[in-house]
Amino acid sequence: MTCQELQDEIIDDFSLFEDDLESKLFYLMDLGKKLPEMPAEHRTDEYIVKGCQSKVWLFPVHKDGKLYFEADSNTEITKGLVSLLVKIWSGKTPEEILQSELYFIEKIGMSRMIGSQRSNGFTSMIKQMKMYAFALNQAS
Amino acid sequence: MDNLNITHIRSLFPILHQEVNGHPLVYFDNAATTQKPLSVINALRQYYELHNSNIHRGAHTLADRATGMFEDTREAVKNFIHAAESQECIFTKGVTESINLVAQTWGRKFLQKGDEIIITHMEHHSNIVPWQLICEEKEAILKVVPIHNDGTLNMEAFYQLLSPKTKLVSCVWASNALGTINPIQEIIAAAHQQNAVVFIDGAQAGSHLEIDVQALDIDFLALSSHKLYGPTGVGVLYGKRALLESMPPYQGGGEMIKEVSFERTTFNEIPFKFEAGTPNIADVIAFKYAIEFVNQIGKPAIIQYENNLLQAFVAGINGLNQELGSERIKLYGTADNKVAVQSFLLEGKHPFDTGLMLDARGIAVRTGHHCTQPLMNYFAIEGTVRASFAIYNTLDEVEYLVQTLGKILKR
Repeated sequence: MTCQELQDEIIDDFSLFEDDLESKLFYLMDLGKKLPEMPAEHRTDEYIVKGCQSKVWLFPVHKDGKLYFEADSNTEITKGLVSLLVKIWSGKTPEEILQSELYFIEKIGMSRMIGSQRSNGFTSMIKQMKMYAFALNQAS
Repeated sequence: MDNLNITHIRSLFPILHQEVNGHPLVYFDNAATTQKPLSVINALRQYYELHNSNIHRGAHTLADRATGMFEDTREAVKNFIHAAESQECIFTKGVTESINLVAQTWGRKFLQKGDEIIITHMEHHSNIVPWQLICEEKEAILKVVPIHNDGTLNMEAFYQLLSPKTKLVSCVWASNALGTINPIQEIIAAAHQQNAVVFIDGAQAGSHLEIDVQALDIDFLALSSHKLYGPTGVGVLYGKRALLESMPPYQGGGEMIKEVSFERTTFNEIPFKFEAGTPNIADVIAFKYAIEFVNQIGKPAIIQYENNLLQAFVAGINGLNQELGSERIKLYGTADNKVAVQSFLLEGKHPFDTGLMLDARGIAVRTGHHCTQPLMNYFAIEGTVRASFAIYNTLDEVEYLVQTLGKILKR
């Protein structure tokens, strides 16, 4: 699936909850729980995303010109947030990641859901993943 | 508490009557800042509509009126804390500035190499860092009184730390993170025996405790307006006259001088010596109405009512734990003598997540380290969820919080 198709799927899923903020948060936490476990040796300070209030680890794996992400967080909601990005971008080429615009954030009402401080943290995760894509792009 | 008309009190706070995320707002973040009654809001508006002028200097009617209103608040503060005279009450930006003022003036003048300052393990960062800075500058030593697991001070250790080297003891009256009310009378008496000066951080005490600086023999006391139903940006530093007069000025500028020439400047009397520049006139004037609000209800009634809310919350959590068969919610700060503040953690839940889940149901709480990182380190946690109650909260709201926590845990 393309980045766009994956985003549309997320928008569809969240639209089921309409304005029920609590259910959206529970759903986010459930998504986080489904993330594959991150190997402990990758969950180090080096891979902590700067600018997040809670701890978020992001580890990039390069394979056949594509990027895959391992991720974890010490809070359930943040883990759910990063899982959305992993869903969209894991297994994509650096160009796809760098070119994709994340319109799903606004469509699912993210800032109302998580508040401004976490929204800033979420932006930091996006930047970090794009940096990894940029670095891989430069290297190849 | 039967004689308090909480419905009427709530009607004085317009902000409380709104929905947040589809639920009626339940505001339990009062230790961070309290909401403001209409009298305070109206005073701010009226000041700018009718009286706005710079104070203490102008020779016109508005300036005279504004000056009078500003000084009326000083008088109200004096009565509120039972100071001997209103000149002992200095307006600052808040508790943080009050502490920095004393650290930078009293500390600069009187601290010497090897002198000791005693603080406690439960201090807010604002009652740690200013003393660290001045200790570093003067090569003085900062000593820390440890605490017990229930969040009370280890007084035995305090007595061991206290010595003729102790020049100042700075202690929070009521802990913002735990709610513990510290035995300041005992601390002050012991410190005075060693000729040490005592600074009391009264940020959380203002709206919750009876304050009599003379009876308690407090040397310095810091208060915050915005934690006491008043506007933000206003604080009080109380100091005994002799101490304040012995201190050099804090900041230089207008208002704080007697005469200025390029060769020499002489300084104004207290309190003006410490109030350089145009102060926060409107907010100081409105602060008086917050004090009046508290006075009208009366501290004893407030203390009793808020304590009932706290007891109801603790009982609710204990009941929930019993129902769930284990301690799924852990309380931090379980001293007998507390203001209406309760920190807690849900098993397996990060406090940020709990905070967001509660917000989704319209409940505002504080999450994080509450600017008390050393205290969080003591409990080996990153932070807590903190519910703090005020006079406009209700038992129904407390029950709603307990129910919502149960719902989060049972899911």
